[in-house]
Amino acid sequence: MTAALEVRHVAKRFGALTALRDITLHVDPGEVLGLIGDNGAGKSTLIKILCGFHRPDEGQILVNGDEVTLRSVDHARSLGIDAVYQDLALVNELSVYHNMFLNRELVRWPLLNNRKMRRRAEEHLRDMGVDLPDVTVEVAKLSGGQRQAIAVARSVYSDARVLLLDEPLAAMGAKEGTMILDLIRDLKQRGEVSVIIIAHNYAQVLDVCDRVNLLQQGRITFDKKAADTSLEELTDLVVAEYRRRR
Amino acid sequence: MSETAAPARGLPVVGRALLDGFVRRREASVLLVALGLMFYFRAASDVFLSRDNLVNIAQATAPTAIVAVGIVLLLVSGEIDLSVGIVAAFAPFLLHFAIDYYSVPVLPAFVLALALSAFIGLVNGFIVTQLRVPSFVVTLGTFFAVQGLLLMTSHAYPVPIPEPAKGRFQTWLGAGPWASITWAVLIVTVFHVILTRTRWGLHTISVGGNPVGATEAGIRASRIKIGNFMITSALGGLAGIMEAARINTIDPNIGGGTTLTFAAISAAVIGGTALAGGSGTIVGALLGALVLAELQNGFNLIGYSANTIFLILGLAILVSMIANQYLSRLRRAGRS
Ligand SMILES: Nc1ncnc2c1ncn2[C@@H]1O[C@H](COP(=O)(O)OP(=O)(O)OP(=O)(O)O)[C@@H](O)[C@H]1O
Ligand SMILES: [Mg+2]
Repeated sequence: MTAALEVRHVAKRFGALTALRDITLHVDPGEVLGLIGDNGAGKSTLIKILCGFHRPDEGQILVNGDEVTLRSVDHARSLGIDAVYQDLALVNELSVYHNMFLNRELVRWPLLNNRKMRRRAEEHLRDMGVDLPDVTVEVAKLSGGQRQAIAVARSVYSDARVLLLDEPLAAMGAKEGTMILDLIRDLKQRGEVSVIIIAHNYAQVLDVCDRVNLLQQGRITFDKKAADTSLEELTDLVVAEYRRRR
Repeated sequence: MSETAAPARGLPVVGRALLDGFVRRREASVLLVALGLMFYFRAASDVFLSRDNLVNIAQATAPTAIVAVGIVLLLVSGEIDLSVGIVAAFAPFLLHFAIDYYSVPVLPAFVLALALSAFIGLVNGFIVTQLRVPSFVVTLGTFFAVQGLLLMTSHAYPVPIPEPAKGRFQTWLGAGPWASITWAVLIVTVFHVILTRTRWGLHTISVGGNPVGATEAGIRASRIKIGNFMITSALGGLAGIMEAARINTIDPNIGGGTTLTFAAISAAVIGGTALAGGSGTIVGALLGALVLAELQNGFNLIGYSANTIFLILGLAILVSMIANQYLSRLRRAGRS
């Protein structure tokens, strides 16, 4: 089976700092891949390379088996790759529905089709189970979890084939987190979308992912089916290195 | 929003809802100031609202408002342009050179002058976005550079309006009593719609409000900013040519320079545009320009000397900006 998205020997440096040394990973169609690792391991950097925001210094990226050079976020998006950034990329000054359609606005030329965007945004948030009375409020007025829900909704409803989620649960309450996990499970069931999800909660990772990769010092050091590993093993792996050094 | 919560229980409720909606509008406070000044000066001087004086106020408002449109776009996208006033002084000379030295017909010469003005904006935008120099510094540099060009090419002497440009072109553009304000209102309307109802406007707000986030969402921030620099310079050029048409001479020392730039920035800020980027109003800037024109004109009528008016103007700008800051904070806190 050709992978939906494959990364071969990708490296990325920021000046003197090497964020990624040699990354090789893949995600199959319909698969959910969990990516874990320490703070500063380079997870977000990898996501930003895959969605066309950063350009890698070395290595190849393959989409459905074809090598591609991602020129821009728009280009990656046109290939079906979409990301939820760790910083969410929301514009505080804009309304919820404008944020949900940021840079993919519905237009009735030359004007924005605000009514349609507002209706769609309401539908999507309702489908997701997000409780938001008014999509015309500024995003600045929302809570952290609500903001995150909007960033996730924006990507999930973008008919992407590969979704990159950078800590989509970080600010979520127990109920809302479950909601997002259910959403990912739904996507998985439909079998059309591949997901790479970064999370620090290994129970959630094991819960929703098919496979888990560990990123350490700019390399993938661990790759196992979720069914073949356990919470203890993942915790041990991550903490062991720290213990060794102490 | 509260409109839906207001049941039809007669006028007081509807009235309060209307009032509520009005106060929440960003332009409300500056509109009140403009109206207040109008009543005050009308009470102080009978001629304030005479036709001739209204024409004076309109002609003083127009160029500031036109340039302020560009300034608002730039402020919203997180930049500033200090060179726009000198572009306004330079543009009528470009028109004069094209017509008198190169025998270009009037309309193409006009378009050419605006295009060259826009080119100065392109240079500004390019240096700001590609070489990553703050726009404050870049446009300070272009200000002096363009001033040098202007003084070198014009030898600091005024020239008459080119013969082919006289007549209908001149009247329509600025010499007619209501010409310039008509253009200004038209331009304000068009750009108000652009800022509030189009992708360009939405992206302008985005790159000013969250530059990193906007880029992450795939918005080409450089393109938006360069575009807004070009719009601002072109509007500056237009305002300069209109002023030349109105005063019937092309004078390097009148109708542009720092005065116009500072007036436009003041108008934008009095109108309710924040310097921090991400929010602003073009209609507010027009009202801000009106307030400035009223102050200048009104105190002049009352009989203050030009020097005193500068002081009053400065204080008035400070007061209205403080009031506006305060009001917008109230407004933000009040909105659910
Ligand atoms: N734009 C940048 N310029 C310079 N250095 C950067 C940049 N982005 C990331 N880095 C550095 O690259 C390294 C990896 O950062 P990254 O954000 O990818 O980590 P992460 O694995 O996502 O961490 P966390 O779990 O805290 O989100 C860090 O040392 C960081 O300082
Ligand atoms: Mg990260």
